[in-house]
Amino acid sequence: MRRRLVGLAAIVLLLPVAAAAQVTPERLVNAAAEPHNWLTYSGTYASQRHSTLDRITPGNVGDLEMKWVFQSRTSHHFQATPLVVDGVMYLTQPPNDVVALDARTGRVFWVYEHVPSPDARPCCGFTNRGLAIAGDTLLMGTVDAMVVAVDGRSGGPLWKTQVADPSYSYAITHAPLVVGDKVIVGTSGGDMGIRGFIAAYDVATGAEAWRFHTIPGPGEPGHETWEPCTPEMEHCDPDAWRTGGAAVWLTGSYDPETNLTFWGVGNPGPDYAWYQRPGDNLYASSVVALDADSGELAWYFQFTPGDRYDYDAVQIPVLVDLDVSGTTVKAMLWANRNGFFYILDRVTGRFLTGNPFTRINWAEGLDDSGTPIQTPQGPDRPTYPGKQGGTNWYSPSYSPRTGLMYFSTWEDYATVFDSAPVEYVPGQLYTGSRNRSPVRGVPEPPAVGRGHINTWTAAVGSGSVLAFNPVSGEKVWQWETYDVMNSGVLTTATDLLFVGGREGYFQALDARTGDLLWRAVTGGNTLAAPITYEVAGRQYVAIAAGHSLFVFGLRD
Amino acid sequence: MRFRLSCVAAALVAGVVGQGLAARAAQGPAPEYERADIERGAQLYDEFCSNCHGSEGDGVGGVNLMSGQFRHASTDQNFRRILTNGIPAAGMPPGNYTDADMLALIAYVRNMRDYDGGIVTLGDAARGRALFQGRGDCAGCHRVAGRGSRLGPDLTSIGAVRGAGSLRETLLDPTGSMLPLNRPLRAVTRDGEVITGRRLNEDTYTVQIFDERERLVSLDKADLQELTVLATSPMPSYAETLSEAELADLLAYLVTLKGLVPQ
Repeated sequence: MRRRLVGLAAIVLLLPVAAAAQVTPERLVNAAAEPHNWLTYSGTYASQRHSTLDRITPGNVGDLEMKWVFQSRTSHHFQATPLVVDGVMYLTQPPNDVVALDARTGRVFWVYEHVPSPDARPCCGFTNRGLAIAGDTLLMGTVDAMVVAVDGRSGGPLWKTQVADPSYSYAITHAPLVVGDKVIVGTSGGDMGIRGFIAAYDVATGAEAWRFHTIPGPGEPGHETWEPCTPEMEHCDPDAWRTGGAAVWLTGSYDPETNLTFWGVGNPGPDYAWYQRPGDNLYASSVVALDADSGELAWYFQFTPGDRYDYDAVQIPVLVDLDVSGTTVKAMLWANRNGFFYILDRVTGRFLTGNPFTRINWAEGLDDSGTPIQTPQGPDRPTYPGKQGGTNWYSPSYSPRTGLMYFSTWEDYATVFDSAPVEYVPGQLYTGSRNRSPVRGVPEPPAVGRGHINTWTAAVGSGSVLAFNPVSGEKVWQWETYDVMNSGVLTTATDLLFVGGREGYFQALDARTGDLLWRAVTGGNTLAAPITYEVAGRQYVAIAAGHSLFVFGLRD
Repeated sequence: MRFRLSCVAAALVAGVVGQGLAARAAQGPAPEYERADIERGAQLYDEFCSNCHGSEGDGVGGVNLMSGQFRHASTDQNFRRILTNGIPAAGMPPGNYTDADMLALIAYVRNMRDYDGGIVTLGDAARGRALFQGRGDCAGCHRVAGRGSRLGPDLTSIGAVRGAGSLRETLLDPTGSMLPLNRPLRAVTRDGEVITGRRLNEDTYTVQIFDERERLVSLDKADLQELTVLATSPMPSYAETLSEAELADLLAYLVTLKGLVPQ
């Protein structure tokens, strides 16, 4: 007798928790209309990381309690933002496991394990920041430079595409972005001598649809910004563009109206030995706007030409229609690692405004085109902000209710930049760094890893969550922390702001005033951004900290 | 008599072993090991390793020794280091093995899947694939690389984690070979809803299943008036419906399923 499992079904009625309809391109475009889910890395294509859920309020936020914890099985940095689709949470566990779990209880349905190749040489740890979903298909980038498609229902693998050679430190660490029938990724390795790119793959087959090199090759516009060497240029590398970095390691945004997808591009390399790569070094430390169907460059804006400070423009492009004196501006808001807050016209790329949001001395300002008027500091002089920047890759949030942009900052933080010529060796760091802390006896704050003891102390910098008015260019409030800040920020329709921190706390602030309303101890450094979602009428807030994901909800 | 594995392969399980070596090529050329070392390693494994890693090599979560893929032991040198030092962070203790025993353990673990094969005749993989998708109706319940039903376990990598002998046993006696985890469940909620599917996970308070509408379902046991774990596999036995030659073809296909090859 041959029978199938379906033969066992007597009656199947509505179920309490179930993966239901497919995540269509239309659902992704309209993700804001289903706030109970979290369908992309930043919540929506506009990347505002703002939720319209309103069950948790300033009045009851004090009743938040931990509902469940997912403890990852590795010791790698846990940087993932989960997706939530109709009651099922999809999470990555470093380096490259996909975990499906019940978003209400945290119980695991299945784990898909990708064992990275021993050839993988990612620069900064076996990191993964999350997934994208298209239909039933989950998409993940891997530290051995693959894009992997996994069936979101069964956890079975669908396809794998090798996008670059991991032995040369190509790796994918960010959550991919799905637009229509394509999944878009970029590559890490900007401190290891890669030549960066952004590429799109067919969601159904994994076939490459287009590839945009973030360093233009010979004959392509922009290649001239990798200037030729002259005999008097000591240490100059005539082929610098081949190993010039310009990595892409954070998820981009998408504007359905123009079909443009926006991606921040990392530093040129070698990071600090700038004399090896004369010129502005496009498209390093820039934002690029690409046609989502063809990958064709529509426009670019370079924040830090000829970057010598590792000021990656690897931040989330936040898309906002701003009301400026009665006129709607299709804006892109950008709190840059270089310490300036920019507003760009996201249709044309035109620079609109730029203001410093933290202490800066590498430039004395921006000219009318947004180009920084650079003021390199002399030897042994501290440069503000230091190499980790005034902010970094930590997800910001924009609240349409307050009209404010919120992001984590490093304050009063400097580096004494110094460099040494460096030779490119595949798979090895290619930075030319002899940098140091400006304060004798105090180490620089670690970029991501943090031990139990704060050996760097506030003597070399502290942190804050900054509420910034993009239109006026002014700080509205600033909530300060002793240690520097690595956490992403989430805001909600009840004017709550959620943020983690280096010190192991997870907090809720009043988004209008910056007042602390609630905090919990996770005991781990936050290297991720919070999300919120709803299952069966209950709102949850989730944050990764240490090696675990913590989920909070209101007391029953 | 000492003879190399390749000799055994030719005589007994050519297809299986050949595939095993191909799978490991991703982590560098697979060294050849003496058959006697593999057999000695099997004894040592039972004595020192199986308590945690299990007789099938899958006793430690996230580690499948039969897969031929090792996070920390891609080379024999690394393997020796792990056997000597253990992995303290993961709870694996250090070991004090002679060089010969170390070699034997490595030889066995690297050939675990194939050693398990026993005397199994493999036929033609192409015919086996046709059977899988056609008359055998395997794709009616199982998926390979995104093709087929999700109701049964995904088989994209089954050849990497199960030996031919074990697979043959499953084809002939599905119920006897069914992993308890995969058993079908029938749950009835307090409201009278009947939910059936394959068990994915379970604990004291909850149970997670893949239901017959191909959905992920998590249930609180407190909300159920009935929860029945069925001991009978929904998979039919192929003992009567496939000939020995057809079984050999199907097995030949299944052992080729070693996971996705990156494109």
